[in-house]
Amino acid sequence: MSLVRVLAGTKKGAFLLTSDGKRESWDVSGPHFAGWEIYHMKGSPVNPDRIYASQTSGWFGQVMQRSNDGGKTWETVGNKFVYDGTPGTHQWYDGTPHPWEFKRVWHLEPSLTDAEAVYAGAEDAGLFLSKDGGKEWAELPGLRGHGSGPNWQPGAGGLCLHTIILDPKDADRIYIAISAAGAFRTDDGGATWKPINKGLYSKYIPDPTAEVGHCVHHIAMNPERPGVLFMQKHWDVMRSDDAGDNWTKVSGNLPTDFGFAIDVHAHEPETVYVVPIKSDSEHFPLDGQLKVYRSRMGGNEWEPLTKGLPQKDCYVNVLRDAMAVDRLDKCGVYFGTTGGQIYVSADAGDNWKPIVQNLPAVLSVEVQTLS
Amino acid sequence: MIRVELPHHLRTLAGVKGHEVTLNVDGPVTVRSVLDALEARYPVLCGTIRDHVTQERRAFLRFFACEQDLTHDSVDAPLPEAVVRGKEPLIVLGAIAGG
Repeated sequence: MSLVRVLAGTKKGAFLLTSDGKRESWDVSGPHFAGWEIYHMKGSPVNPDRIYASQTSGWFGQVMQRSNDGGKTWETVGNKFVYDGTPGTHQWYDGTPHPWEFKRVWHLEPSLTDAEAVYAGAEDAGLFLSKDGGKEWAELPGLRGHGSGPNWQPGAGGLCLHTIILDPKDADRIYIAISAAGAFRTDDGGATWKPINKGLYSKYIPDPTAEVGHCVHHIAMNPERPGVLFMQKHWDVMRSDDAGDNWTKVSGNLPTDFGFAIDVHAHEPETVYVVPIKSDSEHFPLDGQLKVYRSRMGGNEWEPLTKGLPQKDCYVNVLRDAMAVDRLDKCGVYFGTTGGQIYVSADAGDNWKPIVQNLPAVLSVEVQTLS
Repeated sequence: MIRVELPHHLRTLAGVKGHEVTLNVDGPVTVRSVLDALEARYPVLCGTIRDHVTQERRAFLRFFACEQDLTHDSVDAPLPEAVVRGKEPLIVLGAIAGG
C-alpha cells in the first residue's frame, strides 16, 4: 500500500503529515522542536526513515537534527559549519565588503546513493557536505572560491544558498542557486563550479545580463530528465534545455511572473507548477486569489488552477522551498503558505484541499512517497 | 557546585529538567570556564551560546548574576563570590527581541 509523508518546516516547529495513497485523510504529528524555525527537512532516498532537519533560531543559532525512524524520534547531530580557509568577504547591501559569516542552513539535500551523506546550503552562501550522517560538516570551497564570490550580494532574505539539485544520472553533477548571485553547476563533484546564468535578464542590477548577481528564487528538475531545468527568478520564469548553459524566458501568459516556488510533475516532465505572487513589494497573490498555474507545455502557456483554493481575501505567500510533488499516479502536488495552510492536490493540480489550515508560517514542504 | 540557569529552548535542547544545571568547574570561576564546563557536559549546547570558532557570545544572549549584567565584562573576569559558592546562579538569558 502506498503511503505519503509530508515534511513541513515552519516558523515555530516541524510537522509531519501522513496519509495513504488516496491522500484524503491525514495524520498530523508535531510540533517537533516547538518554537524553533525549521527551515527545511528532507528524507534520504536511500533510507526514507533517515530524515534530516535544519533547526535554527535568531537567539541560539543552528542546530541540526536527524531521525532514523521516519520522524518519530530525533537526535541532534553536528552544528559546526566553518568556512574553508580564510573566508574573505562578499558584498553587503550597500556594496561594501562584508565578512562571510555563517547564519543558518536553508536547504538539506541527502545523497541519492548514501544515507549517511547529505549536502547543506548555508547562509552566508556556502555548500557543505557531511559524510557521516550530519555529525561533521566540511565546506566544498570550490563554489565560493571560483572567483566571483567577493561580488555576491545578499537578497532581501540574506545571502542564502537555497537550492541544491543532484543529477541522478551523473553523480558528479550538482546544481545550486544563491540569492542574489544566481545559479551554478559543478561537473566534477563540487571541486570546480561555473555560473550558469546566460539568458537571465535582471533589469534592476547594473549589468542586466551579468554573469552573476541574479536573484534566482528556486530551480526544479524532473529526475527522469536531468538536463532540463525550470527556474523561478525574482521576476521571470525560465527554462534551460542544456543543463543551465542557456536559459529562455517561459513566463508566457502568467498574470505576474514574480514568485518563489516552482516544481515539475513527477511523471510528465513538461508539466510545471508555479504560484504567481503579485510583486516584490507585495508578497501576496494577485487580487487576493490564491492560484497555482500549471503549464503542460514546459512553459509559455499556463492555466490557473483554483478549485479548492481561496479565491477572495487571501494574502499569503508561498516560499521558495514550500512546494513539492509526490511520485504516485496520479501525481500529488503540495504547497504550504505563510498563513499556515498546507494544500494538497491528489490529481496533479485539478482539485485542491487543505491538509491543515492553522500551522505557523510554512517555510518548506517536502514529500516522501513510501510503499 | 556552580549553578547555571538556562533559557527554555536550551533546557529543552539539552534535555534538562528544571531551570538550572549544576556544574563542577575547575580553577577560576569565570563566564568562560563555566561555559566550558557546560558545553563539556552538554555538547549539544556547543554553538548555541557562543560561536564555535570565535567563542563570541551570540548577539541575543546575555549573562546575569546577583542582579548584575555581566554581558560586557571580560569572559575571564571572576564571577561574584555568591556564584562561586553556589548561592546564586549564573543566568544565561535570551534577550526579549522581535516585538
